[in-house]
Amino acid sequence: MKIYLSQDAVARALGADDIAKAITDAGHDLIRVGSRGMTWLEPLAEVDVDGVRHAYGPLTLADVPALLDGTLQGHGPTEDIPFFANQTRLTFQRCGVIDPLDLDAYRAHGGLKGLERAIGMDGLGVVEEAKASGLRGRGGAGFPTGIKWETVAKAEADQKYIVCNADEGDSGTFADRMIMEGDPFSLIEGMAIAGVGVGATKGYVYLRSEYPDAIRIMNEAVKIARANGVLGASVLGKGPAFDMEIRVGAGAYVCGEETSLLNSLEGKRGVVRAKPPLPALEGFLGKPTVVNNVISLATIPVIFEKGAQHYADFGLGRSRGTIPLQIAGNVKHGGLYEVAFGLPLGEIVNTIGGGTRSGRPVKAVQVGGPLGAYFSPDQFDTPFGYEEFDGAGGLIGHAGLTVFDDQADMLQMARFAMEFCAVESCGKCTPCRIGAVRGVETIDRIAAGDEAAKELLTDLCETMTDGSLCALGGFTPYPVMSALTLFPDDFATTKEAAE
Amino acid sequence: MPAQQPATPDRGDIRDLIESHLHLEGPLLPILHAMMEAYGYVPDEALLDIADALNISRAEVHGVMSFYHDFRTIPAGRHVVKICRAEACKSVGADALAENALAKLGTVWHGTTPNGAVTIEPVYCLGLCANGPAAMVDDRIVAGLDEAKLDAVFKEAGA
Repeated sequence: MKIYLSQDAVARALGADDIAKAITDAGHDLIRVGSRGMTWLEPLAEVDVDGVRHAYGPLTLADVPALLDGTLQGHGPTEDIPFFANQTRLTFQRCGVIDPLDLDAYRAHGGLKGLERAIGMDGLGVVEEAKASGLRGRGGAGFPTGIKWETVAKAEADQKYIVCNADEGDSGTFADRMIMEGDPFSLIEGMAIAGVGVGATKGYVYLRSEYPDAIRIMNEAVKIARANGVLGASVLGKGPAFDMEIRVGAGAYVCGEETSLLNSLEGKRGVVRAKPPLPALEGFLGKPTVVNNVISLATIPVIFEKGAQHYADFGLGRSRGTIPLQIAGNVKHGGLYEVAFGLPLGEIVNTIGGGTRSGRPVKAVQVGGPLGAYFSPDQFDTPFGYEEFDGAGGLIGHAGLTVFDDQADMLQMARFAMEFCAVESCGKCTPCRIGAVRGVETIDRIAAGDEAAKELLTDLCETMTDGSLCALGGFTPYPVMSALTLFPDDFATTKEAAE
Repeated sequence: MPAQQPATPDRGDIRDLIESHLHLEGPLLPILHAMMEAYGYVPDEALLDIADALNISRAEVHGVMSFYHDFRTIPAGRHVVKICRAEACKSVGADALAENALAKLGTVWHGTTPNGAVTIEPVYCLGLCANGPAAMVDDRIVAGLDEAKLDAVFKEAGA
């Protein structure tokens, strides 16, 4: 009996390793794979029946005997489960399918075809292909990836770098973690293609310390890639040189901001740098540097494998291709859902996510992490795209959606946004460093019944938006102001004032 | 769960650890991580050696070390439990869970239980956002927590 079992951090956090031991102790072949993304079914095991994988989960240790004797109730073929069947898996095509560290399996599932093709092109050809795909930075800013590459490619320097931003600190997001744990070679291949394109020979992955599984798997994957000639003095034995290292962050949220990340990588305090100079011209150690998010880079291989046009044919408006949605928080069917841009928010939350885990009505959805705006069910017709969310007063960020039920206190959530900003501020900009502290105090005044403090909070948010260098101070007003304007009942002062 | 038994800092070992990272570009964070790995904190006596090796001031080393949440200047409890306080875990009751745990253990955020077994730290997202509340016990992640499961974590850690 051939069995697949997820080894994603979610599955392991829910006891998958004990289940794995029970299965192998019983003498069965077990392949540990990444996650299929359906995290509400984790730990998820799949049993191979005539070449088709059938899903069982969420498993407990007590379920293992029934799993092995065929009496356990399952979900049928994994890829027929509606949550999975309705996706368009490009970036995550191999995640959950193969052993993440099996380079042969990676090749057998389309891996390294993109890099082979890139090696046969000249640098500017690679950059043109990236531009033609319409891929935009998946870390949140949405800057066109190909244009960033072009700037680095045209810069003159003796050394250039590819830096992968794997400091995925936004609550509600886990796509970076999942791809690094489930298909690490896709990120390595994407970085190598970027290196070929812009003429960089060295890459770094700046990976947060909160992801121990991803750190371990990425380190092993880099070693395997190097030992097999994917990385090294000549990429795949015929391309230019490219090698890379994994660097571990140290618990500072602000290091997800690219200039702060570069300072941290250089061994400095993770303080934000003013731009210009752009990192593309003066980045790591002052050299031209591509800084891209994990998902942006891990999407590059499939773009080069299937062609830029194939990728660009998916999507909506200026949001081309697919986006790995991360449906999180108080949600029934949570997990990673890769789909073309354009789905209405309500369909994501209610149809795909199945509403709240608690069974209570949805009150709010925070889109784009702790710096993203809250949306109310009145805005559920907003299509998922960069410009569309901007137009609705929010942002898609790293495409994480955190669902809250009607028990959420939005004043407390606004207060937490300010508190988090105060804890994580790098301290460079006064509106962020001091403003966040004053923000907590001002929200406490509203909670105590001071109606006039609302105007003060609004004014403070404007100052933070206009006076901060990076998104931490600049975007903290998104959750605060959206909570204040969309959920005025939670900020009501009259009842307390009358008492 | 074996308790961590960090080595006692030795000046020669510290210098060897530093030396082994000097070939890296931007070696300071890897060096500080190595100190944490070896000793469970960054020994005060290491700062001057790091400063010397990197040709920067001791104040600069201190500045970098104190910027990051991960680097400690004094040893933690035998186990460190980091409980997620971020939005996705809040949406499924992490606040009440954590407050209750702190009250039961008789400590506060960043505090250590009176018997020295467990230090409690907040963490802002472990990337298990559809399966919260989540926590990290040393290097092991646990998810789908409720009061009983978190109690079991503390019991196992000797709190």
